[in-house]
Amino acid sequence: MQDMIRAIEEEQMKKDIPDFKPGDTVKVHVKVVEGGRERIQVFEGTVIRKRGGGLSQTFTVRRISYGVAVERTFPLHSPRVSKIEVTRKGKVRRARLYYLRERVGKKAKVKERRDYIKR
Amino acid sequence: MGNPIKKGILGIKLGMTQIFDDNDRATAVTVVEAGPCVVLQKKKAETDGYNAIQVGFYAAKDKNVNRPLKGHFARANVKPLKFIREFRVENVDDYDIGQELGVDLFQEGDIVDVTGISKGKGFAGGIKRHNFQRGAMAHGSKYHRRPGSLGAKGPARVFKGRKLPGRLGGERVTVQRLKVVKVYPERNVLLIKGAIPGPKRGLVTIKNSAKA
Repeated sequence: MQDMIRAIEEEQMKKDIPDFKPGDTVKVHVKVVEGGRERIQVFEGTVIRKRGGGLSQTFTVRRISYGVAVERTFPLHSPRVSKIEVTRKGKVRRARLYYLRERVGKKAKVKERRDYIKR
Repeated sequence: MGNPIKKGILGIKLGMTQIFDDNDRATAVTVVEAGPCVVLQKKKAETDGYNAIQVGFYAAKDKNVNRPLKGHFARANVKPLKFIREFRVENVDDYDIGQELGVDLFQEGDIVDVTGISKGKGFAGGIKRHNFQRGAMAHGSKYHRRPGSLGAKGPARVFKGRKLPGRLGGERVTVQRLKVVKVYPERNVLLIKGAIPGPKRGLVTIKNSAKA
């Protein structure tokens, strides 16, 4: 029963999604339809949340644009989201980075994660 | 028993999910495993008083079918089935006994009515059952979820039909004008936009819409 639903969802799921986590900085390429014309818009910011599973998985990206904080939630598998690029890995200790909302300036920055290579 | 229908099928509700439609919008859909239904018997106005086809659906375990029913299935030359329902039709001769009705009856974009037995909610209060307003939960109020006044003092009785707490759900419900979003003939699956009555694994009847 659940298998059938999963199979139907999988048909629509994207296979080429890069692995990213809350705290990472990503560039989201979004298709925007304006007056019958389609173009790609890039939204770059910090991932503050990933939620849901299967086809209904979504993620929220936060950025400061001209001094105003903007949060956009995208369905991960939406055809409108044409590409996701990970530009920076973040070092964070929790899954939901809501604490960034109360912070401004340097405090609102997520430290970069450096993975040490085992020698 | 309703008016004659153009097409109808029995199905099992599997659950809900979402898919992205032509405008790339996420649409909530119910997944229904429907058909193949087998025509078991034809009822005619001359012999039965009305025109209908009797259809069966979903393979049954042998031990769950009694002798008289087994005979009935044997006459249509089919394996025992779990559910038997009737559809009123205009002309019985359009169907043959043993004929299979599949999901390919329906196409994307068809408007359908879906009937099922709603989920039982047990003994429910007026707020859940009849959308009553509730009282204040704080500010010294002790009047939270009670039914309120039952009417005027004058008649010295409560009028019939007064909305009160009681059993909710577990009754036959039809949702009209739902859109068929997708048909999977090879899987016997229909995707219907929105919610339909009943629990997962519940039997539903899908018919062409009376209003479209």
